[in-house]
Amino acid sequence: MLMSQSLKSPFAKPIIFVACLVPMAVLIWQAFVGDLGANPVETITRDTGDWVLRFLMITLAITPIRVWAGNTAIGRFRRMLGLYCFFYAFCHFLIWFVADHSLDLGDMIEDIIDRPYITFGFSAFILLIPLAITSNNAMVRKLGKTWKKLHKLVYAILILGIMHYLWLTKADYLEPGLYAFIAVILLLQRLPGRKKKSVKSRTLADVPLSTKAKFSSS
Amino acid sequence: MIKVRKPWEISESKVTPEEIYQQRRLFMKAGGTLGTVMLLSPWSNASASLVIGDYQRNVITLDEEITKEADATSYNNFYEFGTGKGDPVKKSQKFDTSDWKITVGGECGKPGEYALEDLIDSSAIEERIYRLRCVEAWSMVIPWLGVPLASILKKLEPNSKARYVAFKTLHDPRQMPGQNRSVLQWPYREGLRIDEAMHPLTLMSVGMYGKTMPNQNGAPIRLVVPWKYGFKSIKSIVSIDFTEEQPSTSWNMSSSREYGFYSNVNPEVNHPRWSQKKERRIGEFFKQDTLMFNGYGEEVASLYDDMDLRVNF
Repeated sequence: MLMSQSLKSPFAKPIIFVACLVPMAVLIWQAFVGDLGANPVETITRDTGDWVLRFLMITLAITPIRVWAGNTAIGRFRRMLGLYCFFYAFCHFLIWFVADHSLDLGDMIEDIIDRPYITFGFSAFILLIPLAITSNNAMVRKLGKTWKKLHKLVYAILILGIMHYLWLTKADYLEPGLYAFIAVILLLQRLPGRKKKSVKSRTLADVPLSTKAKFSSS
Repeated sequence: MIKVRKPWEISESKVTPEEIYQQRRLFMKAGGTLGTVMLLSPWSNASASLVIGDYQRNVITLDEEITKEADATSYNNFYEFGTGKGDPVKKSQKFDTSDWKITVGGECGKPGEYALEDLIDSSAIEERIYRLRCVEAWSMVIPWLGVPLASILKKLEPNSKARYVAFKTLHDPRQMPGQNRSVLQWPYREGLRIDEAMHPLTLMSVGMYGKTMPNQNGAPIRLVVPWKYGFKSIKSIVSIDFTEEQPSTSWNMSSSREYGFYSNVNPEVNHPRWSQKKERRIGEFFKQDTLMFNGYGEEVASLYDDMDLRVNF
């Protein structure tokens, strides 16, 4: 399989790493040339928010794709994609905190309490933090089975993220509806009944460390 | 760049009974200089029936920086042309506003179908610089061209039963592609209480930035009610109705919990989506405080003396 082979190439990871930075590079370029529109803060907030959900869904699609396509090589990109989700979430949070709340904590907290969509979005961001912190090999090793349990939080994050988008929408539900639809598929696919069939559905924590080394060198 | 803006200083005298004199004293800074501007806007419609030639400049002004014309004409909420902010300018360029008619009905002495020039005396057009505060917590400062709505309504002779004025936007999905999707119930509807409609600040606008009204901003004729959230200022008006009952309004029909009939700019009334305490002036990075009645409290607060604005938001 050509696809499978190119994914195993030593260049695959650096290429994907750089590709994931493209949305940020585009924003920075647009800011530089003054092409962010009449409301640049809104453009940055919307764009980074879109990419949080996209990276979250791509990350969650890795395991099903690996199982259905029988492509094991793809699994090694999952952590990086998940970390990019966190990266864009951090940028999304930062522009909101700085530009919308002028770095005023009290003001920010009031907003979190008063507006459900912010409550959802902020909770999702907070829950992403422990996942990002425990994403390195050392933490995976140290936490063992707890790691797997902890990282189930990603499903709560997905639901909160979708609710955040749905709740902030005024009238046009087309786009958030599309995201919600994909999220539902990703969640249904993981229902307990289905999981028995997916023999190869293993998380990073399941992989013995010896094979993990082989994984990254192959 | 952060610019510290002076709040609009208003003189202390509150004794003058004639509201209109007060307005003039506050606003007429340039004393009504007559300005003539060549109407060569890229949006001007050659076949438009109403020609704006001379107009009274600076009849109402603000000591605040005017929003860039390019921003005010490219960042719009006009769902008839799509829900994205950039949709209206892209999708409204072929919008045909020639031979525009407004149907007048309800509790008045002069119902019927009117052309723009029947309703607007082009020699009476004045320029007024108003703040525009969107419910989405952004704002602009726009130089509008138009006439007081009151001058139009008086011609139509509302009777004693006319307690409200209802407006409708054109419903024409072939020209307005956004109407092919039911994001709102079409046609777009808005309304004012008759005293709000007759208030001297309420403007029926046919242009901005010295030019005829761009399609994306509500050509050929739109309302401007500066102390209310932007969605009250209905665009591309084809119908005016005088009613006894409070008319239904589009956003209120969409979500009555969020959008009240009055929708006066009010930093104290919380909205589930946006904090209304602050707003981002387009062109600025940080937010600034939102003013009660968008800064027009001295002129309009008396309209709501006996009302709880938290209930009637």
